[in-house]
Amino acid sequence: MPFGLLKYGFRKRYPAGPDLSWPSDLKSHYDVIIIGGGGHGLAIAYHLAKHWGIRDVCVVEKGYIGGGNTARNTMVIRSNYITPQSVRFYKAAVDLFGTLSGELGINLMYSQRGQLTLAHSDATIRTFRLRAETGKFCGTRIEMVDRAQIREIVPSLHMPEDARYPILGGLWHEDGGTARHDALAWGYAARAQRLGVEVHQRTEVTGIQIEKGRATGVETTRGAIGAGQVVQAVSGLSSVVAKMAGIVLPIRTYPLQAMVTQPLKPFLDPLVSSAGLHVYVSQTARGELVIGGGSDPYELYAARPTLEIKEGLAMHLLELFPFLSNVRILRQWAGITDITPDYSPIMGKSPVENYWLDAGWGTYGFKATPASGKYMAQAIATGTVPEIIAPFGLDRFATMDLINEMGATAASH
Amino acid sequence: MTGASARGGANRIAGGSQVDYGKPLGFEFEGRRYEGLAGDSIASALAANGVWLLSRSFKYHRPRGVLTMAGHDGNTLVRVGNEPNVRADRHPISEGLAVKGQNYRGSLEKDRDAWLGRVSRFLPVGFYYRAFYKPKWAWQRLWEPWFRKSAGLGEADLAAAHGYFDKAFGHYDVAVIGGGPAGMSAAAFAAKAGANVVLIGESPVLGGALNYARFDVERAGAAKTRGELAADLEKSPNLTIMTYAACTGWFADNWLSVVRGERLHKIRAREVILATGAVGQPAQFRNNDLPGIMLGSAAQRLIRLYGVRPGRTAVVVTANDDGYGAALDLLDAGVTVAALVDLRPESGTAPCEDAVRERGLTVFNGYGVSEAVPVRGNRHVSGVRIAKIGERGAVGDGGQTIPCDLLCVCNGGMPAYQLALQAGGRLGYDDGRSVFSITGLGGHLHLAGAVNGALSLEAALADGRRAAWRAVQALGIGGVTEPVALADPTVQRMRPHPIATHPRGMDFVDFDEDLQVKDILNAVAEGYNEVELVKRFSTVGMGPSQGRHSALPTARLVARATGRTVGEVGVTTARPPVSGEKLGVLAGRGFEPERHTAMHHRHLEAGAQMMTAGLWWRPAFYGPRARRADAIREEIAAVRENVGMIDVSTLGGLDIRGPGAAEFMNRIYTFAYVKQQVGRARYVLMTNEAGAIIDDGIACRLSEDHYYVTATTGGVDRVYLMMLWWNAQWRLDVDITNVTAAYAAVNVAGPQSRALLAPLTEGIDLSGEAFPYMGVREGLLAGIPARIFRVGFVGELGFEVHVPTSMGEALWDAVTGAGTEFGLRPFGVEAQRVLRLEKGHIIVGQDTDAMTTPEEADMTWAIAKRKPFFVGKRSIEMRGRRLSKRKLVGFTLDADGPLPEESNLVLRRGEIVGFVTSVARSAALAKTIGLAYTARDASEPGAAIRIRLSSGGDVNGVVVAPHFYDPENKRQEM
Ligand SMILES: Cc1cc2nc3c(=O)[nH]c(=O)nc-3n(C[C@H](O)[C@H](O)[C@H](O)COP(=O)(O)OP(=O)(O)OC[C@H]3O[C@@H](n4cnc5c(N)ncnc54)[C@H](O)[C@@H]3O)c2cc1C
Repeated sequence: MPFGLLKYGFRKRYPAGPDLSWPSDLKSHYDVIIIGGGGHGLAIAYHLAKHWGIRDVCVVEKGYIGGGNTARNTMVIRSNYITPQSVRFYKAAVDLFGTLSGELGINLMYSQRGQLTLAHSDATIRTFRLRAETGKFCGTRIEMVDRAQIREIVPSLHMPEDARYPILGGLWHEDGGTARHDALAWGYAARAQRLGVEVHQRTEVTGIQIEKGRATGVETTRGAIGAGQVVQAVSGLSSVVAKMAGIVLPIRTYPLQAMVTQPLKPFLDPLVSSAGLHVYVSQTARGELVIGGGSDPYELYAARPTLEIKEGLAMHLLELFPFLSNVRILRQWAGITDITPDYSPIMGKSPVENYWLDAGWGTYGFKATPASGKYMAQAIATGTVPEIIAPFGLDRFATMDLINEMGATAASH
Repeated sequence: MTGASARGGANRIAGGSQVDYGKPLGFEFEGRRYEGLAGDSIASALAANGVWLLSRSFKYHRPRGVLTMAGHDGNTLVRVGNEPNVRADRHPISEGLAVKGQNYRGSLEKDRDAWLGRVSRFLPVGFYYRAFYKPKWAWQRLWEPWFRKSAGLGEADLAAAHGYFDKAFGHYDVAVIGGGPAGMSAAAFAAKAGANVVLIGESPVLGGALNYARFDVERAGAAKTRGELAADLEKSPNLTIMTYAACTGWFADNWLSVVRGERLHKIRAREVILATGAVGQPAQFRNNDLPGIMLGSAAQRLIRLYGVRPGRTAVVVTANDDGYGAALDLLDAGVTVAALVDLRPESGTAPCEDAVRERGLTVFNGYGVSEAVPVRGNRHVSGVRIAKIGERGAVGDGGQTIPCDLLCVCNGGMPAYQLALQAGGRLGYDDGRSVFSITGLGGHLHLAGAVNGALSLEAALADGRRAAWRAVQALGIGGVTEPVALADPTVQRMRPHPIATHPRGMDFVDFDEDLQVKDILNAVAEGYNEVELVKRFSTVGMGPSQGRHSALPTARLVARATGRTVGEVGVTTARPPVSGEKLGVLAGRGFEPERHTAMHHRHLEAGAQMMTAGLWWRPAFYGPRARRADAIREEIAAVRENVGMIDVSTLGGLDIRGPGAAEFMNRIYTFAYVKQQVGRARYVLMTNEAGAIIDDGIACRLSEDHYYVTATTGGVDRVYLMMLWWNAQWRLDVDITNVTAAYAAVNVAGPQSRALLAPLTEGIDLSGEAFPYMGVREGLLAGIPARIFRVGFVGELGFEVHVPTSMGEALWDAVTGAGTEFGLRPFGVEAQRVLRLEKGHIIVGQDTDAMTTPEEADMTWAIAKRKPFFVGKRSIEMRGRRLSKRKLVGFTLDADGPLPEESNLVLRRGEIVGFVTSVARSAALAKTIGLAYTARDASEPGAAIRIRLSSGGDVNGVVVAPHFYDPENKRQEM
């Protein structure tokens, strides 16, 4: 038994100091207001306080912290993207995850069990090779694997030669892994709070105050608050909140669904996904299989699960693991995701001065949390957007310097 | 009805309505043989044999047994054959059935992991967040593997075969969910009014509580009511009854998933009545999870449904009138009732109450349970410690211990709210009266019975009729009289069992997750002050019973700890499914469409190796796999030297007809089509609004207002949708039809193609003068009506022949027959790729990516610049003013050097500037040739290009114009 737990057993009073503490009143002004208490907003707050000495920070959350997509995602962490810009950025995030549990003082259960993506067509083989080559060039652990290697990596995978979707090869990404999503939000919140950051739950931003092209504060369901800088980090509601500041984002909004089975004795260590079958799966430390796939086919703001997506996911999962047909689904849910034309996020400045964007995180933003937190905070604190996130600015849509990741986000997020 | 019956277990008594006493069945549990009766569930059959320990709990490996007998809990999850996590109280036994307990090491009786319960104080709520991460490698290398070993409940059998599952669809005016009294009365009412009704019940027989609960002393009312309702239902011609069927989800517009056995019924109903009842709630006290402690209704189900005596000596604890009926049932079954503990300070006026006192039972009013006493190893309950409930509402210390082997808990119910909340309802709670309400349901959805707070039998029946009446009104069925409502359906005095933290714990709030009272309180104390945060931090409600039993005590605890009401605290989001759904049931038979061309069988006969192309299968090459390289080389040689034929039926075909056809073509494609002559073909290139290439093909103008356009195999469906989408805005007078499936096509290419085809054609002169390059002709070929285009993707003289699909095979045979003397060979996709690469033709999707502009691909020749508009024009112009940093170029390498692979990187000054899109060794050119993106400032012919091989080494080549082979096009225009 690790030492860290002994103190709980022998302590009389519980707990010694709570993880999270909540201020009751809003102040009238903060140096920085962050809209959205998801992983991203909380990570930005933490970095502002920890590394830039900006502690007069308020995170405003309309529900409870981490209750948006941070709570709904399937926890895939990887850097096997197509473009060098993306690979570099997501690799930075993966690297940060490596030491994050220690930094935040909470076990994020981050583990790199590796991610295997399957190719069922030679077109997919070509994109995989591009991802493998770009990844290797940028220093990530990634390679193409053949059928024999796939069999070794995931012995339980069903691989008949005459399958409807034959497995022709795969992309093996040793850096791929998962971390506990909720813990990420709590860890950032707890550390930020200890440094003086205020987090207000059940407080919704309803308007942005702008004077002469500069953001000066926000209106909330609990009154107006002034701010030196305003940051929005609201994932699926990016367009809605940006519009309050008069900004139109090139975003389409789709539901994305996932589901989980009853816990089973672990048989599957790596993450497995198939672009052709629109399904991916991983097994958590609790033994549940977390199953996800592609976005819903139409734009919508309602986070309601559908029967058809569930049926499709089940059908395709059984193509890969037919022995799971008697295993039961326990929960199914949906989140609202903001998709940009190039399937890459928007980070950095906006047309409104002192108003910062952390948006368009679509189906892939969980893994990015530590990196967007770190570099967005740097941008806000210094006024200069760091090089690693500079390619992700909103202006790229005007100059057509897009960072196209459609092919790398379709079947695994 | 006392007296043990001869067969089906020592605890078997007479009177079980669901079992067949004449049909004993043998089955196995944990390797031992037992006898049960037909109609038994696994749990009831084991109970009849005195086996109460069914499985071990998730975290502490505590012994667990029957709790609800309703499939509501996770205590009775067992393994049946190779199927894990089967609910033993729902799954019927059958002859020879092999059942095992779950989650133990060693044996179920003597679990070697049972010590975990004793160290629980070192495993505080969320303990796994607290440690195990230092040093940074420790979690992944040391602890996670250990956690993973102890994780999970059941085990998946990796060798299990995919069973048979399927789906059915149903459409009804009214779907009634819940086969209890409220549901039956609603269904009967709606059906009588003339609606087409489906009644969906979870149990094998209808009746719900009427089958096991006791509503009066004589136990006559239930049977009578049940009989009347059944008779009503029988009389309804337009009624479908589905028993043993679980409605697992409500989806938008009354779209229901109903699981019955291995079949998923997808049901759409105009009106839905939720008569889902209430879920009995366990109470929280120390050792409340021991086998032998069960809901009063569970004991009644054992007695009434299965004829099983649930124990010898019982204590009943009750929060309302229910315990009195249960006590009478126990007495009737021959169980000694040692005490009846009524949580309420004074009893009520329940009909059964006097009878209970008359039969000499001791009733403790105002008492509660402070702890249950286990036998050694916690394998069963051996007594109950009860004490007076103090003024602050907690069970006091001290009190007395009453020996028993059965503790029946009647702690009230919580509405089975899941479906209602999935449908947008909100759950409310009146803290003063301990009464729930569900509000905010949209139209076409009605509540009836206990889920609606109508708790007494009369109230439930009346509520069912009223719900049905409302549904019938909404359907517009007139002439039905409004049934009367009962004054206050909820009058049932109720005092839920107090929740206190026992100093020694094991007072479980969540049985699935082994969470105790202090765990919930500690989570709140740690700052997780919203019920959703508590859930996520503690995992309360995340187990197989889906929070049915933990939601209410959690809400009560959080409310108390945060100074809010239970109503304010609420419950966590209700997510489907209501109960676990097998992946196989969801998947069904797994229909995966695939498409074969008309010549598919000919390819197989010719030994083709097939490959997928979207939904299609296409020949990659002909011959054994081992001869792959040779086969491709020979096919290429045949085309270059003699003649070859390729099946191109998978190419998309689109018919554009109408007066607006030319204008439509002009807007949707980049080239100019208004002046295209009838009888001529023209290249088409499609860009999207971002100015990126998304498809290409050939447009044949068959008449002034008729174009036949090809699209790529993978792109045609999207192209077709885009065409419809755009024309929905443009409203041009055209009809657009996807005719891909209507035509089969071959491309006959090579210097001998004309000689081969000429004798087969009728009415078409194939000579170069009469039928020039890019010409289109219609006529007969081998007697088959055909469209013939003179186009050349592979750079040789060639003809593409399109015929009705039904004649595709005949066409193939005719050309094959005539081709023998010319050395004709069929060729596949692999050879075609090399042939077109030698010619420098791009493949959209391979040589282009989502960003490629016509300019980058050197295809500005395919853009009609003077057109006022086409899709993508604005972006192309914008991007033309500020050119990208890359360019698609041709390159060559030494033939004897290493062969790069497609997608190998192109590097320049240590940076990635592009990648190889196509590459092949060209026999015709004796070189390695390819297409690649490279830096724009190094894209002129003659520039150097450096390619990083997959192996890590680099190879240097030269940029050249991509028209490698026959750059003057002499061969294809012969
Ligand atoms: C089903 C699913 C699976 C996914 N899988 C993965 C995956 O495997 N890997 C991966 O990397 N990514 C995945 N994602 C994407 C990922 O979840 C998100 O990109 C990421 O969590 C975004 O984090 P966030 O902090 O920006 O957003 P959130 O966690 O959504 O936080 C935004 C917060 O803003 C709050 N908010 C919104 N409007 C207002 C307002 N007006 N005032 C105050 N507060 C407001 C919301 O309540 C919310 O709490 C998945 C997403 C879904 C839906």
